[in-house]
Amino acid sequence: MSLIPDKPPFKLLDILYKKEFILFVVLVSILIINSNISPYFLDLYNLIDSTFLFSEKAIIALTMTFVIIARQIDLSVASIIAVSSVVLGYTTSLGYDTWLVLLLTLLSGTLCGAFNGAIITKFAIPSIIVTIGTMSLFRGLAYSFLEDSYYNKFPKLVGKLGGGYLYGYIPYAFLTFILLAFVFAFILHKTSIGKKIYSIGNNPDAALYTGIAVDKYTFVLFTLNGLFSAIAAIFLSGRLSSVRPNIAFGWELEIITMVVLGGVYIYGGSGSILGVVISIFILGMLSFGLGLLNVPGVGIIIFTGLLLILSIGFPSFVRTLRRKNE
Amino acid sequence: MKKILLNRDFILFSIILIILIAVGFANPLFITPKSISDVLTDTSILIILALSQMIVILIRAIDLSVASNLALSGMLISLLSTVHPELPVYYFIALSCVIGTILGVLNGISIAILKVPFIVTTLGTLSIYRGLIYFVSDGKQVYSNEFSEDFLALIHFKFLSLSFLFWLAVVVFILIYVLLNHTRFGRNLYSLGGNPDAAKYIGVNENKYIIMAYSLSGFFAGLCGYLWVARYSVASTQIAIGFELTVISACVVGGISVMGGVGTVLGCVLGALLIGLIRNALPAVDISQFWQLAISGGIILLAIIINTKTEQRKEKTIMVEN
Repeated sequence: MSLIPDKPPFKLLDILYKKEFILFVVLVSILIINSNISPYFLDLYNLIDSTFLFSEKAIIALTMTFVIIARQIDLSVASIIAVSSVVLGYTTSLGYDTWLVLLLTLLSGTLCGAFNGAIITKFAIPSIIVTIGTMSLFRGLAYSFLEDSYYNKFPKLVGKLGGGYLYGYIPYAFLTFILLAFVFAFILHKTSIGKKIYSIGNNPDAALYTGIAVDKYTFVLFTLNGLFSAIAAIFLSGRLSSVRPNIAFGWELEIITMVVLGGVYIYGGSGSILGVVISIFILGMLSFGLGLLNVPGVGIIIFTGLLLILSIGFPSFVRTLRRKNE
Repeated sequence: MKKILLNRDFILFSIILIILIAVGFANPLFITPKSISDVLTDTSILIILALSQMIVILIRAIDLSVASNLALSGMLISLLSTVHPELPVYYFIALSCVIGTILGVLNGISIAILKVPFIVTTLGTLSIYRGLIYFVSDGKQVYSNEFSEDFLALIHFKFLSLSFLFWLAVVVFILIYVLLNHTRFGRNLYSLGGNPDAAKYIGVNENKYIIMAYSLSGFFAGLCGYLWVARYSVASTQIAIGFELTVISACVVGGISVMGGVGTVLGCVLGALLIGLIRNALPAVDISQFWQLAISGGIILLAIIINTKTEQRKEKTIMVEN
């Protein structure tokens, strides 16, 4: 009988086989290729400004990572952004104080998320189908409220958050993302909450029997996803300085791509914040580099789709081949 | 009698009748034969796509790429028709179906052979196929005057004052009804969805059925690619964007369980009819088009909650009897 150690002994070679390491190599090669192709890529100001392209999505990707690790999925995040942005514009137009505007915006997103969580846990319905429904419902509410008009007046603070820099260098959205990434990495990898989320994702029934309040966790995760969508909505509205009901259309797919490309298993139970953060940089630098090369957005869409399928398909295909050879 | 009254399809049919009568009271013009035949024509593409989506949902999967597939097939044949307007229309229809099938097979291969989960695969191909439309068309539209007369004529053909589209939907309904209820293929699909492990033990080749289901879904998406382009006489990068969700909601409303293995062909058609009816009825009762999306979302949620409730009740009764 052999003993199974709590933690496998540390070996330097093991790092080479980690998903995060492979992702890191991909990121470095993209950086090298980009800087060789375009002389404008390595410009510090350009690089800093390129973070505006992905910071809002990246903020939601953090909570989405938790949701997917817990074996759920949330397709309604982009629609929640639409709802929160409309609330932001509407409350501003009513002349409320800035703090009240922000509070109500955050509250609207949180309520949308809680609505998802309540239906999923109360009726035990798969989250994919519930959030397909609320994706239409929330986006539809934004449309029916705003119709074909738009908001372009927001509190000064919102504009500053969306497009401004701390000390003139670091964009607030990017800073928020980095700080939150550390918090989320700590919660997921160093606390019992994180361990419980993994065990829910690995086997929800077993998790329930060991005394984890699975439904409560699921509910909180969806609520949190709603709150973070509202935070992203504030940054996005401030940056665009205009809100239409079709704001952030299609973002749910890009956010899920960020998470899945980062090595989070779509059926739950495994993945890390580090992997997701690296994959966010990969996608961000990739679209920035392709943009510098004047590749249209469509090229980036196709590329992202292929990357998503191949990043999962290739390793599992190799695994199947190996198993056959044995 | 009680059995008939509690039958899901019967309830759905009654709801459709009630809505028809209610809207008819508010706006009598809505229930003239002409108007109803328009609603049927308008819903035909949805019915065809819902039926083919049902095949995929039965085996516990979803095909999110149908609308992109439809748009890509439609765009490719439209571009061809601007270059070769002399080709007969049947050639374009066949080609559209072939392109759709190939795109569907690619989905199936990715899921069955590469083992990429269906959500990831079809989310990915949703973007890829949509992106390819921009790529092949350079973002340009094909307008009605660029199609040959032949290309657009077929869609306006009428029989018994009902449109070609409607009759085609009837044919597809009969085909899929027979396929699912009276062939080994159909029974195996149900068994794979009901209990994949058991199905594998009795010798059902899961991978083969996944690829077949997705190629059928692709085939009908390709067919609808022609229908869509010919009906609206325009092909653009934006056609049918987001339509996959309408299709899935038609299935869900029709009682096709996303847990697999449950649902009837008739229910699926009724679900599509209900969604189509509501879409067409909103303007008739003076509700702004902008409410349409929110109302469909609400209906999906309601339908899925009712479905789950009834399914859970059934499970409980089985346990009591044991």
